[in-house]
Amino acid sequence: MEPQARILKVLQKVTGKEISPGADESLFVSGLLDSFALTDFVTGLEEEFGVAIPDSDLSARKFDTISKVEAYLAAKA
Amino acid sequence: MAYLRAFGSWLPSRRVSNREVAPLVDATPEWILEVTGIEERRYATDADTIAGIGLLAAQNCLEKAGITAAELGMILVASGSSDRFCPGPASQIAASLGLASTPALDIPVASAGSLMALALAAQLAPKLGRVLVVGAEIMSRRVSLTPEGKNTAILFGDGAGAALVDAEKGFARIADSCLFTDGAAAEILFVRDGHFHMDGSAVILQASRKMPRAINELLTRNRIAATDVEAFLLHQANLNLITRVAAAVKAPRERFFTNIDRYGNTSSASLLIAADEWRQGLASALTGPLVFSAFGAGLNWGALLAVPS
Repeated sequence: MEPQARILKVLQKVTGKEISPGADESLFVSGLLDSFALTDFVTGLEEEFGVAIPDSDLSARKFDTISKVEAYLAAKA
Repeated sequence: MAYLRAFGSWLPSRRVSNREVAPLVDATPEWILEVTGIEERRYATDADTIAGIGLLAAQNCLEKAGITAAELGMILVASGSSDRFCPGPASQIAASLGLASTPALDIPVASAGSLMALALAAQLAPKLGRVLVVGAEIMSRRVSLTPEGKNTAILFGDGAGAALVDAEKGFARIADSCLFTDGAAAEILFVRDGHFHMDGSAVILQASRKMPRAINELLTRNRIAATDVEAFLLHQANLNLITRVAAAVKAPRERFFTNIDRYGNTSSASLLIAADEWRQGLASALTGPLVFSAFGAGLNWGALLAVPS
């Protein structure tokens, strides 16, 4: 499965909705994520991609779109 | 050994509803309730001081413990909103209690200060005997009731709490604690020019990861399951945050005592006010572990474990 599809899978699990936002669509502006949901999203990404995301990276800016999340995870790989 | 012997609290009589706050900050009462879980908070009067309300909570605690101030070995006072930075309220509270030489130390850590003071008191009690912990906040003077100040104005309230940590007896023994500080993120929560500034989203993000981690670390190293904890007493920061912490540690939400709906977020006082109300509502003796946790400016956070004596 491609990274974006895996990210979307995590996002769908967190929101509980069969959503498919555009790769550059803001997940916060669209109301799909808020501060509380972002915590679950980050935890889900850690489990799905087997990475540890440090608290210092917990910024809405880094996880605002699927493209940004993909770039962030690529940099962590 | 160190034991929790008694709690105390004091709250102003003036109730400030969401209906009163909402139009000032360009919000609706329903929205404030939804995002915070707060229905009303209390505001001190212009005549009140941090030392003054801290004294009232201290006296309430000493009365419940059945001891006099002269029997104290030390006083620790947590406040992030004190009227005067140096000296802070600790020495004034000690003097008002009639103490002329008992050490009294300020802990100027908003929100997490009383947890840190409790953990320190547990370490100090075996040497000093009885340590009185006070958390006192007049946060209403540190917020701006304007649309620009909305994210703090909707949250904070005033009040004071206290706890007596005793080296010899109490209803619960303080078994362990863990404290943490991460100064790299200090800019998300601070006081400047007399007002509290908060990046609410960042605080929620940090707190919702750090508090469960601290609680889990404490429980794991003491081989206690979260489901076996009788009560969780958390800093009353935001009802949604408390619910998230409960889910993260996989403990029943109803074990997390809350009174934020009535008092709002009273910063470092909230943990002790909550503890006092919880204890007063306790129908029988404590039978299981008790977990405290808080998160606040610094960033400082941690957890403390107490078990039945």
